[in-house]
Amino acid sequence: MKQLLVLSGKGGTGKTTFVSAFIKLAAAGAYADCDVDAPNLHLLMGQGPHPEETDYYGMPKALIDSKLCIGCNKCRAFCRFDAIVAQDGYKVDGFACEGCGVCVAVCPVGAVKMQPAVAGKLKLYRDSQKIFSTAQLKMGSGTSGKLVTEVKKAMNKKAQRVDLAILDGSPGIGCPVIASLSGVDFVLIVAEPTISGISDMKRIIQTAKIMQIPLAVAINKYDTNLEKSEEIETFCHEETLPFVGTVPFDNMAVQAINSGNTIVDIDCSSGRAVQKVYENLIKIL
Amino acid sequence: MHIAVLSGKGGTGKTFVSVNLAAVAPKAFYIDCDVEEPNGYLFFKPENIIEEKITVKLPVVDSELCTGCRKCVDFCAFNALAYIGGKVKIFDEVCHSCGGCKLVCPEKAIAEKDSVIGSVERGQSENVNVNTGILNAGEASGIPIIKNLLQNIKNTENQLNIVDCPPGSACIVMESIKDADYCILVAEPTIFGLHNLKMVYELVRLFSKPCGVVLNKCSKAENPTEEFCIKENIEILCKIPFTKMLGIENSNAHIIVRKNAKYNELFTSLLDKVCKEVQHEAVTGT
Repeated sequence: MKQLLVLSGKGGTGKTTFVSAFIKLAAAGAYADCDVDAPNLHLLMGQGPHPEETDYYGMPKALIDSKLCIGCNKCRAFCRFDAIVAQDGYKVDGFACEGCGVCVAVCPVGAVKMQPAVAGKLKLYRDSQKIFSTAQLKMGSGTSGKLVTEVKKAMNKKAQRVDLAILDGSPGIGCPVIASLSGVDFVLIVAEPTISGISDMKRIIQTAKIMQIPLAVAINKYDTNLEKSEEIETFCHEETLPFVGTVPFDNMAVQAINSGNTIVDIDCSSGRAVQKVYENLIKIL
Repeated sequence: MHIAVLSGKGGTGKTFVSVNLAAVAPKAFYIDCDVEEPNGYLFFKPENIIEEKITVKLPVVDSELCTGCRKCVDFCAFNALAYIGGKVKIFDEVCHSCGGCKLVCPEKAIAEKDSVIGSVERGQSENVNVNTGILNAGEASGIPIIKNLLQNIKNTENQLNIVDCPPGSACIVMESIKDADYCILVAEPTIFGLHNLKMVYELVRLFSKPCGVVLNKCSKAENPTEEFCIKENIEILCKIPFTKMLGIENSNAHIIVRKNAKYNELFTSLLDKVCKEVQHEAVTGT
């Protein structure tokens, strides 16, 4: 199975719009939403029976037994994450706690314990045609990278006979993005012709290169700033990065998405353009 | 006062709103906490930049002192240490810098070194003091950079701080809004925008933060996000239209309030509204 991941660096450039169109065009048997912080792919592709849901346990969280605590302040002094709050005795800030266990190690009276904590939900949509793995991180939780790994694992386990899997990534370059990059065969970067978009594109390309994953670039809404679009194409040419096409700004695209469709479900300019991008991409994949 | 600007979904206009809000104030601090993809400085082009490197502590093992007891390996909750071929190996990328391995080593064989993960740049752009956090490519967590950014900003009544948050609703966003007196949620009129707005709305409520919504990219078409706000009784602070001119100015990283009177007025009244809300909160204490 080949895995194609769509990333962008900047948010809102059209990752999910592209991914949902690719899934339709490829009649993909397996796909996943790795944007566990703000998943959206299920709004378009989550039709059909209710998904199988599993609790996702992140790192455990510390818990202080107030009956045993002698108020020595050691846990607070040693915690590097400012997760121990001294207010009416000593308490753990569950959002700040990273689960390292240092407080347990330094407590002289054994008043601190680590407790398992649910940090999100894994969801698996499955029927005879497809496997769709997604998740929702609990508000304010950390370890989103680990949850991304679980999303991919859940998909891989059930999708061994599938030729192509398509993965929707998250914005940024940090831990969830690094986790989504790990083990994929190819990355498509959806760029946006803005100064911000170009800056972010360069940072995500640098990150993918560190992880040694081959990539190609496409531009979305290219006609909103032709000068910047040209700058992106020139950059790709100079860096010898495959450039797989442009998609125009299209009011019909918003309408398609808002009615729960992909842009290739209706006849529109962005849908036709994304099909060309897909064809170019398949050639080099 | 700290005003945080967030959205859940990326690309809804957080930076656009934050930059223009800061620029329209007589004097303001702009703090870019989107350290993975900082963009505000591209608009402000600050001058007289002072750079500070941000480091985290990573363990180093003195193999002369190490007896191979593996206490450090067993302790590490992140599997950042392994005992391979008679030596402790450290995987820097997964280390959370908790200091636990150093603490549990009975031979004092583990020390810590500073490792650079990124930087903070501080500079001036007319009336705005611009603070930018930048995470180096390949690094996993920008939280230490956000902590540095916010610790070095005074939160007093007379100082206006505009905090531009990262997308999502995970730990990194929470860190950015922790000290906020008010949260502005920027949302766009799509079902994606609505879904992610619901998530950040839940997040700010979890932290009992007062908040209001800026509806960005509004057109004549249906606006599912606006319908949600009305239904849930969430204050709509203002509506920003979707126009070609605004798109081009923004894509060229121009600060619209510095060149267009209409938008200067729009953002001035938005800032007034938010400042009044914060003062009201301070008085009533709700």
